[in-house]
Amino acid sequence: MSKDIRIKKGLDIKLQGEAAKIITNAVASNVYTLVPEDFHGIIPKLIAKVGAKVIAGEPIFYNKQVGTMNFVSPVSGEVIEIVRGEKRRILAIKIQATKEQTYQDNGIFDVSSSDATAVKNHLLKTGCWSFIKQRPYDVIANPEKSPKAIFISGYASAPLTADYDFVLQGRETELQTAITALGKLTDGKIHVSVGANSNSPLVNIKGITLHTVSGPHPAGNVGTQIAKINPINKGETIWTVTPQDLVIIGELLLTGKFNAERIVAVGGSSVKTPKYYKTKIGAEIASLIYDAGIEGDNFRVITGNVLSGRAIKPDGFLGYYNNTVTIIPEGNDYELFGWNKPVFNKLSTTRAMTFSWLNPKKKYNLDTNTNGEHRAFVLTGKYEEVFPLDIFPMQILKACMYEDLDEMEALGMYEVAPEDFALTEFVCVSKQPHQAIIRKGLDLMLKEIG
Amino acid sequence: MGLKQNLHNFKEKNKDKKWLPLFNAFHTFLYAPNEVSHNGTHIKGADDLKRTMNTVIMALIPCLIFGMYNTGYQHYLAIGEINSVSAGFFSPEFWTLANFWVGFAKTLPLILVSYGVGLGIEFIFAIKNGHEVEEGYLVTGMLVPLIVPIDIPLWMLAVAVIFGVVLGKEVFGGTGMNILNPALLIRAFLFFAYPTWMSGDKVWVTGAVERTKEIAEGSTADVISGETILGSLAQGQEVAYSAWDMFYGFIPGSVGETSTLLILLGALFLIFSKIGSWRIMLSSVLGALVMGLIFNFAADSGWISESSKFYSLMNTEFWQHLLLGGFAFGAIYMATDPVTASQTNKGKWIYGFLIGFISILIRVFNPAYPEGVMLAILLMNVFAPTIDHYVVQGNVKRRLKRLKTKTA
Repeated sequence: MSKDIRIKKGLDIKLQGEAAKIITNAVASNVYTLVPEDFHGIIPKLIAKVGAKVIAGEPIFYNKQVGTMNFVSPVSGEVIEIVRGEKRRILAIKIQATKEQTYQDNGIFDVSSSDATAVKNHLLKTGCWSFIKQRPYDVIANPEKSPKAIFISGYASAPLTADYDFVLQGRETELQTAITALGKLTDGKIHVSVGANSNSPLVNIKGITLHTVSGPHPAGNVGTQIAKINPINKGETIWTVTPQDLVIIGELLLTGKFNAERIVAVGGSSVKTPKYYKTKIGAEIASLIYDAGIEGDNFRVITGNVLSGRAIKPDGFLGYYNNTVTIIPEGNDYELFGWNKPVFNKLSTTRAMTFSWLNPKKKYNLDTNTNGEHRAFVLTGKYEEVFPLDIFPMQILKACMYEDLDEMEALGMYEVAPEDFALTEFVCVSKQPHQAIIRKGLDLMLKEIG
Repeated sequence: MGLKQNLHNFKEKNKDKKWLPLFNAFHTFLYAPNEVSHNGTHIKGADDLKRTMNTVIMALIPCLIFGMYNTGYQHYLAIGEINSVSAGFFSPEFWTLANFWVGFAKTLPLILVSYGVGLGIEFIFAIKNGHEVEEGYLVTGMLVPLIVPIDIPLWMLAVAVIFGVVLGKEVFGGTGMNILNPALLIRAFLFFAYPTWMSGDKVWVTGAVERTKEIAEGSTADVISGETILGSLAQGQEVAYSAWDMFYGFIPGSVGETSTLLILLGALFLIFSKIGSWRIMLSSVLGALVMGLIFNFAADSGWISESSKFYSLMNTEFWQHLLLGGFAFGAIYMATDPVTASQTNKGKWIYGFLIGFISILIRVFNPAYPEGVMLAILLMNVFAPTIDHYVVQGNVKRRLKRLKTKTA
């Protein structure tokens, strides 16, 4: 059964440096790093101390709130450093990989004869639970709650992100196994979306409701699809998993091995030869960008896409959930009369002496300059043009800023995640940090309401 | 080392100084800042508040220049040195250098006082509160000279600007936080504090007041009558201007409000550049037309006697209201101020419609002063949050209903 979802409001940001559809095996990293910041809201309790020898799939830490939820090592090797910040908060766990990789054997899991509890416990124990996220709050799913549906978006519409149709080729078995297993965890449906005319292996998966998505970004955002298909009400939970994480879950169930391998798109206008790399979660980015080549020496490396990724140093590491690395020029320079001269080389949704409307297909080389200073909210009606959810974006942002929980709830805070506000943040003339505001608001609600 | 580097070093060196916002205000006019995004979206759209405000100012420039010519034209026309326009919009009687210089000499001080006083206050508050100088006043400062009578004494303007900026904006927290449109608040202050300078038949043509004084002292010159059309109508006098004159703007009035043609061009520019809200503009025109039609109908049906002092304004053809007084200017440039207007798209329709509707209502029934746009917009500024509240509640109710059908 296939249903069409068409989005009209939104904005496709076309950038230079799209990854060519070639997969190269990345040079194996020496060090792999887990950054607890990736697991928003989780307080890690370490299992492996510095010096501990671990094999791939062995637990490194668990979730303080849910003791059974393990987070495992992507590689076999030795824990060499635990970087701590204020109040001894763990910032990063570094694992030096051995040449020969050995995997913890979790045993082949027979999905068809297992019940929900067994699936759940297996995923929690093997570290695969970390791939299941939930709405509301956009955090790792609470295993005690049963979701009303599970959403998987196989359509990546954010700029320069890895094309799922491409990276999922040949992984039907893993996808099917993972989806069958997840299907046991919900009484509702599993909604899977693909782009129009997709040749994605997701099209042929059984036990799902398939949707064809078209329209500008954020059509591929799972939040947009939830809003169109089955919006979240107060008290309800929806789980989301990305297709590439399904592959890891599926492989674990089929073979017993936690294989952190991932195909990553390396792109952006600063990259000389943008293409795909096969690497692992937590791998050093340096090996990828060394191979792909960088133009200039003033650039920013982002693990994730340009809209909601995380800035890292060139010697940083691939984020846990990311399948995209974007490298764009840093914009830390002044521009003479930048505020009033006609603009041809930047993207804008207005026509205020900005001329991107003349050539909607043009690909841009955008840098990280904010193109103006931070201001109070002034303009209205701009966000709505790029925001497809049935929510008032500015009103909910303001409610988050003045921390009115009742109003946040009434305006639809349960339905949103920070990434849903990426485009409003992009077009904001007041340069307000929308995603950070929403994240803070969600954290407050999680703490106060739960 | 270039200028760019020098300015950058200066900024870095004085990072902690209290007056740095003052420097930054000028620095950012020369150079767009070197600020970069942090986490969140790493790339940003090309527009900032400066560019937005600049676009509005660009839309105002034709009105300003026309206003300068018109000031001189009305002046020379009143003293009988030139004939009235003869050949449409490009009439040679109008576009003369002599006209322009009279207007330029009268308008420039208004602009200087408006910007000087207003930005001065912005600077003081920016330094005091430790934030950057915000751009809101750039547009306000340009609007103010365009919506006052040409001969307004500069000190009155200065007092009004202080009142409008401090009590209208800064006490609420500055740009983006105000409830009332600061430019209109400045005008309203002038209107209520110095009504003799804001209405009547002497203030709309430059020199008229002095001339009246001279005549009183025994001069033999002719009295200048510089009544606005609305003023004439309110007194039941014949209107000496054709509808085309009104449309082109060859009529007495506040400096920049007279040329409906140029305001229309400005509106198209604002709509095309997506800076101004077409919803508010369109709906206020609709609101005015509806009210005008109602009045026309009332006059035609004989509900009001011809001797009534409201009759001639009521009987004015409904579409002519769009060309008269400050309606067009108000609807295009003032009602659309995003901070004080309704902030929801549905709310904008209601807000705009009511502005048009109430403008004409006040215009016709105001006994003291035959114009209502300023008061209508200020009134709707106050009601805009209420309108938004109900629009947003609609969304909230829809959400609750969804929850109910789910749980039922």
